[in-house]
Order: sequence, then C-alpha cells, then structure tokens
Amino acid sequence: MKVKYFAWVRERVGKAEEIIEPPATVRTVEELIAWLSARSEAYAYAFEKPKVIRTAIDHAHVKADAAIAGAREIAFFPPMTGG
Amino acid sequence: MISPVTTCPVAIRIQEDDFDIAREIAVLTKGRTDIGAVVSFSGICRADEDSSDIAALTLEHYPGMAEEEIKRHVDEAMSRWPLSGVTVIHRVGRFEPGQNIVLVLTASQHRRGAFEAGEFLMDYLKTSAPFWKKEESATGTGWVEAHARDDEAAARWTKS
Repeated sequence: MKVKYFAWVRERVGKAEEIIEPPATVRTVEELIAWLSARSEAYAYAFEKPKVIRTAIDHAHVKADAAIAGAREIAFFPPMTGG
Repeated sequence: MISPVTTCPVAIRIQEDDFDIAREIAVLTKGRTDIGAVVSFSGICRADEDSSDIAALTLEHYPGMAEEEIKRHVDEAMSRWPLSGVTVIHRVGRFEPGQNIVLVLTASQHRRGAFEAGEFLMDYLKTSAPFWKKEESATGTGWVEAHARDDEAAARWTKS
C-alpha cells in the first residue's frame, strides 16, 4: 500500500510518500503507526504522540481503530489548520 | 407550497492564483433570477498569530483528498439548507499578510440559508479539510497549531 505524509509528519519522516508492506498481523491504523514507529528514530519521532496524528484511508478521515485491509492509500498528518 | 426545483452549481478549486471576489459572484449568479442572497467569506493572511508577528504563511494540502473532503461538506450543506450555488476556492503556496487565502460563496433564495451554510462550510474547512499552515516570523518557521476553538465551532453543527 501507498503511504503519504504531510506537514510536520512528512518533515520528521523525511519523505512525502512510500510503498510499504506491513505484515498481516498489522490490522489497524494504530497497529500500523506502532509498526512504522519501530522502523527508525525518524518514524518514532514523527509518531511520538500517536493520539495527535490524524489518518485518512483512501481520502477519507478514519479513527485509530480503523482496519487497513484493502486500503490503497493511507495518509498521516497533523490536525488540520487550513481556511 | 412546493418550492420550485432550483439547480445548485458547485465549484471547488484549489489553486495558487489569487481570486477575484466580484468575478466569482458574477459567475455564480449569471443568468439566475432565483437567487436572492449571496454570502461571501474571504479568509486573509493576518500579520499576527497569537501575538507573534508573521512575515508569511505557506499553505500545504493533500491533493485529491482536499477536494473530496470539501465536496463532502458542500453536499452536506446542500442537504441542510436550500442552496442555489456554492463556490469554494482555497489557495495554496506562500502568502504574505493582506493576501487572500480562501473564498466561500453561498447562494440561496433567502439570506438565512446562505449565511448559515457559509459559516458551516468555513468551520469544516478549518477542522476537516487537509490543509496545513506553516508560518514564518522573525524567530524562524513553524507549523501552526490547531485551535480547540475551531473544533468547538465545528462541533456545534452536530448538536441538534
């Protein structure tokens, strides 16, 4: 699946997007965040406060317990500040 | 009495270029005799944010999702108020104080729906549409933090 990062999440991870293949045991958004956090210090820094991170699956907002099965694109970003 | 069926054209644009409010209102109302009210909201880059001086703001967005998220809220607005037309333009890029950032136009037969729908759309644009502001000031650059007051403003639309 494709993963995208925006704003300070992108800056901390150090890339705007990537293709990832998490193991089948990673089933929800919060499990994916934990799995990503374990990859490196950059990811751990980006996701150090997982409750602050907002997630979208295929362009729609989802909660941390949302299932990631079948997702084409998952995006992680801080709370929005547009308008 | 059954109200006549009216069309509600929707224009949603995310662009770097500035917008012309008068021109956008003219486009929205051209050839229409059923519109009795147009409410216009413009968001403008301000020189101070929580008492720190801002030299510029840079707006980043999530292409694709931003348009879809705005459309979802425009659809909801159309289901809640009798709207005759909606235009939402959100700019991205770098802005200095005084420059336009966002435009929301809502048209309706009567003012009440146009006012309320415009406010509803702005509240959700701030809290739900994937845009992020980075500010430049004399002390450096940093991402603007989301405000609880914006979440509270959006939450009031879910109360009955």
